[in-house]
Amino acid sequence: MASYSTNEFRSGLKILIDKDPCVIVENEFVKPGKGQAFSRVRIRNLKTGRVVDKTFKSGDSVEAADVMDTDMQYLYSDGEFYHFMVPDTYEQHAADAVAVGEARQWLKEQDTCQVTLWNNTPLSVNPPNFVELKIVETDPGVRGDTAQGGVKPAKLETGAVVRVPLFVEEGEMIRVDTRSGEYVSRVKD
Amino acid sequence: MKSPSDDWRPSAGPDVLALRAKLLGRLRGWFADHGVMEVETPALSAAAVTDPHIHSLETCLDRRPMYLQTSPEFFMKRLLAAGSGDIYQVCRVFRDGEQGRRHNPEFTMVEWYRRDLDAHRMMDEVESLLAVLGAGQRQPRPAERITYRDLCMEFAGIDPFVDSTAAIVARLDEAAVAVPDGLSADRDALLDLLLATVVEPAMPAEIPVFVFDFPASQAALARIRDGDPPVAERFELFLGGMELANGFHELRDVAEQAGRFERDLQRRRDAGLKLPPVDHRFLAALDAGLPECAGVALGFDRLVMWLAGCDHIADVLSFDAGRA
Repeated sequence: MASYSTNEFRSGLKILIDKDPCVIVENEFVKPGKGQAFSRVRIRNLKTGRVVDKTFKSGDSVEAADVMDTDMQYLYSDGEFYHFMVPDTYEQHAADAVAVGEARQWLKEQDTCQVTLWNNTPLSVNPPNFVELKIVETDPGVRGDTAQGGVKPAKLETGAVVRVPLFVEEGEMIRVDTRSGEYVSRVKD
Repeated sequence: MKSPSDDWRPSAGPDVLALRAKLLGRLRGWFADHGVMEVETPALSAAAVTDPHIHSLETCLDRRPMYLQTSPEFFMKRLLAAGSGDIYQVCRVFRDGEQGRRHNPEFTMVEWYRRDLDAHRMMDEVESLLAVLGAGQRQPRPAERITYRDLCMEFAGIDPFVDSTAAIVARLDEAAVAVPDGLSADRDALLDLLLATVVEPAMPAEIPVFVFDFPASQAALARIRDGDPPVAERFELFLGGMELANGFHELRDVAEQAGRFERDLQRRRDAGLKLPPVDHRFLAALDAGLPECAGVALGFDRLVMWLAGCDHIADVLSFDAGRA
């Protein structure tokens, strides 16, 4: 099994901690005068998203996590699994609901997502930063109300609910920032 | 972080490089005024440091293993034993695996030795040098002196000689510092972690702090003074919570020194570390007689960091290890 010495620690490195895949977020080397050197790291557990601090004695080794980010096209959901495909190889991967997590509400067939594989199994799914989705349900638009900046909830084709300006109509396509979950603009055909 | 295409450029700005040059000039002038002679000693040695916490870089000379110096200490003491008188050196030293905000694998050390001075008079001397180097740049306030024990009590509420390892672990927990597996019984390592994570950040920004009378287990090459508990006549200078210098009232007893080398090697063996060749020429020099003296090593780059107000050692190096 591959491993990393603390000397190789840098942010972004994927390591196994208590058998869970984690990514190093921050790494600080500390060494008092003539004493023991340490690496103080902040790591994010890639399964749970939890961020914890760890300290290692310099020179200690940590097992590497076989974690890889790959761009894949979202194909469909069979109710239990979400199916993705690597465009170049047609290789398919099925992600469960835990791996898909919050990304579920933004998944639209054909869109390209970043899928994180651990030991070749999907660990997490990142939707595109911006998605274009159709409004399937919202209150009727109010003309001439653009200046007041009022908002109303709108349900999208993927099931997500976002707040949109009052003038936006049911059936329209809108652009949404998936990182904030906020409406960006209407999409003109 | 600059883009990869930019990495031919120096990591320090032109102002800082000019400051380095000015300080080196002043430093040499100060030593000349004080009758301390500049020397140069080999960077490559057939022997290496035994300290388990310091890792030498190894290279080859005619297929013979040679080591890049981690400090010029052994060679300088050989000069002293041969009657050089007071000496100083400004040189590059190399330490494997030390890289971070305050560490670069090679850095500049200013090391000097004064005969007939003890640790406290050497601290006076370091303080007056600091004042000279800081003039017109960033003048440190008058220095304070505190024992290692009082430092740990004042800044961490831990008595390093009396409190249990469990109490130190609890104090680290309280400060949200994760303790590495297998460290909970290693007293010195726990104290090191406490110093680096709890004590250093709490130290004053503008006041130089000399810490003295270290635990005998952390004596390195300092003499140990009998007492209850016995303490090492070693001091460290901190400025802005950063260790700048380390000094010793130098150990002259060859048998004691040989014993410490042996204990270092045993600890290295236990930890599965490399066993470097012990410096027998240095031991022979001690046997011939090292004059009564004190010595100090000052990290020049860190001093420049403080004087220039830089947070990262790369900001004061012409090219840091990432661009070397």
